[in-house]
Amino acid sequence: MSVHDASRERSWTARLRARAERALPPEQLLPDRQPAYVASWIYVFGALTIAALVAIVASGLILGLKGPAWWHVTAIGRFFNGIHLWSVEIFFFTMVVHLWGKFFMGAWRGGRSLTWVAGAVTFLIAIAAAFTGYLSQQNFDAQWISTQAKDGLNSVGIGAFFNVTNFGQMYTFHVILLPLAVVLLTAWHVLLVRRHGVVPPYVRSAAAARGEEHA
Amino acid sequence: MASPRDAAPPWTGPYRSYDLVKELAICIAVVAALATLLTILFSSPDEKPSTIASWARSQPNDFLTTATAELDGSSDTAGYGPPYNHAATGQVIGPLHLQSWLGVSHPVSTAVDYVLAPLATIPNDPALRAALARYVAAPAAQRSAWTDAYAKSIGRAGGSSGAGPVAPMMTSLLGLAQSGGLDGALLTSRHFYQTDYTKPLLFLADGSLLSDRAQAQHLLGDQWGMMNETGSYPGQVWLWLYTFWYQIKPFSTSDNADALVWALMMLLSVAFVCIPFIPGVRSIPRWIPLHRLIWREHYRAQAGRAS
Repeated sequence: MSVHDASRERSWTARLRARAERALPPEQLLPDRQPAYVASWIYVFGALTIAALVAIVASGLILGLKGPAWWHVTAIGRFFNGIHLWSVEIFFFTMVVHLWGKFFMGAWRGGRSLTWVAGAVTFLIAIAAAFTGYLSQQNFDAQWISTQAKDGLNSVGIGAFFNVTNFGQMYTFHVILLPLAVVLLTAWHVLLVRRHGVVPPYVRSAAAARGEEHA
Repeated sequence: MASPRDAAPPWTGPYRSYDLVKELAICIAVVAALATLLTILFSSPDEKPSTIASWARSQPNDFLTTATAELDGSSDTAGYGPPYNHAATGQVIGPLHLQSWLGVSHPVSTAVDYVLAPLATIPNDPALRAALARYVAAPAAQRSAWTDAYAKSIGRAGGSSGAGPVAPMMTSLLGLAQSGGLDGALLTSRHFYQTDYTKPLLFLADGSLLSDRAQAQHLLGDQWGMMNETGSYPGQVWLWLYTFWYQIKPFSTSDNADALVWALMMLLSVAFVCIPFIPGVRSIPRWIPLHRLIWREHYRAQAGRAS
């Protein structure tokens, strides 16, 4: 082994790359074929959820760059707030369909438990992200939701450090912390799907399969 | 241990061409088009926020009743407990006093913050200064007698006899609120830049204006309010389960409803995340075989090969 090779072997960068390539080779990260059973519209809802997340982040970036008051006083601001709102509604609709689909596929089977856990945690964090968005609207809805929601959060002690009537704190959570968490969790979830592949169908006995065919 | 029938051995069957990047690109285009269409058709709701000034102008008697309750310590906020004050211990979950364990992190003294301190900012009013000094120097029983007398006189003709200095204090406070000065006083009491609306929001919530508007918009708790939105727009419908518990007993009649609902939802959330590890629950998809619909082509092909 040459000095150069030994040096490469000790390199943290080279070792990280080798580990990443072992865990997720490029053809597995971006495959151009799928098992034959991946042939249902239900599979599209995962991609639709990511697409809605892209629309949420893009419209949210524009709203965030212009500041929280902009959408109240300009038509173009109101337009992008509308895109943001409806993208969120689409996001949750497609995510819930995706979730139910994966539940009824038993998508955690075959060593895929962590994929389910990552997706479920993403769903819960997304609810918190949307909630802080409602609190950041600076309108009557935000006033009402914050004064009602405070009781639940205060009752379990969360209100002591997560104050829903503090606009500044909620806005920071909404535009930075929670979206970052959702995006990172989504990325992790997708990488896990790519690493472990799409869950295969439940195994059915040949007799059961024949019975259904002849029924 | 999972049932062998839940097994998912590695796929050894045929593959088909699948363009993931194209699928995502088409999805982004579809979602963007749908969100744009919905925005053009329906826009988004934006009900103007209430201010203390608008409240004092539209409902002066409710404002005065609420301010008097803040002064004598009988308002919801005055008796709330942590994280605003020590007036109560708060809600509990069995032996767990989670609400009180983290103490008072956002202190609110309703008499000082909503009445006495704002009144002290009004300049050039010797009569008000004298009324304030008289009120502050009086014993608690005397103050209570004044506020009781004043509260009974609100909305009645014939003055407020027996209310002592409270009557001129409240007249000044109403004037300050109607001019917009109280909105500013509650926000800028500590420093110029401000993003914490805790004090004005708690004050507004103690009155009737917010709840009146909320009722008209179907946003109250017993109207499934947490998941509704102003107007006819879809709100946070994904909170339906959280909202559901508040509609039924024992939660709907419990003094600890918030804590109990939160505890239950935390438990259900953990269970949701842990579905792959919960015996029975993880087998439901096998018992309710909707997967036969999803993978019908696969099973049809499998049956064809078997026969």
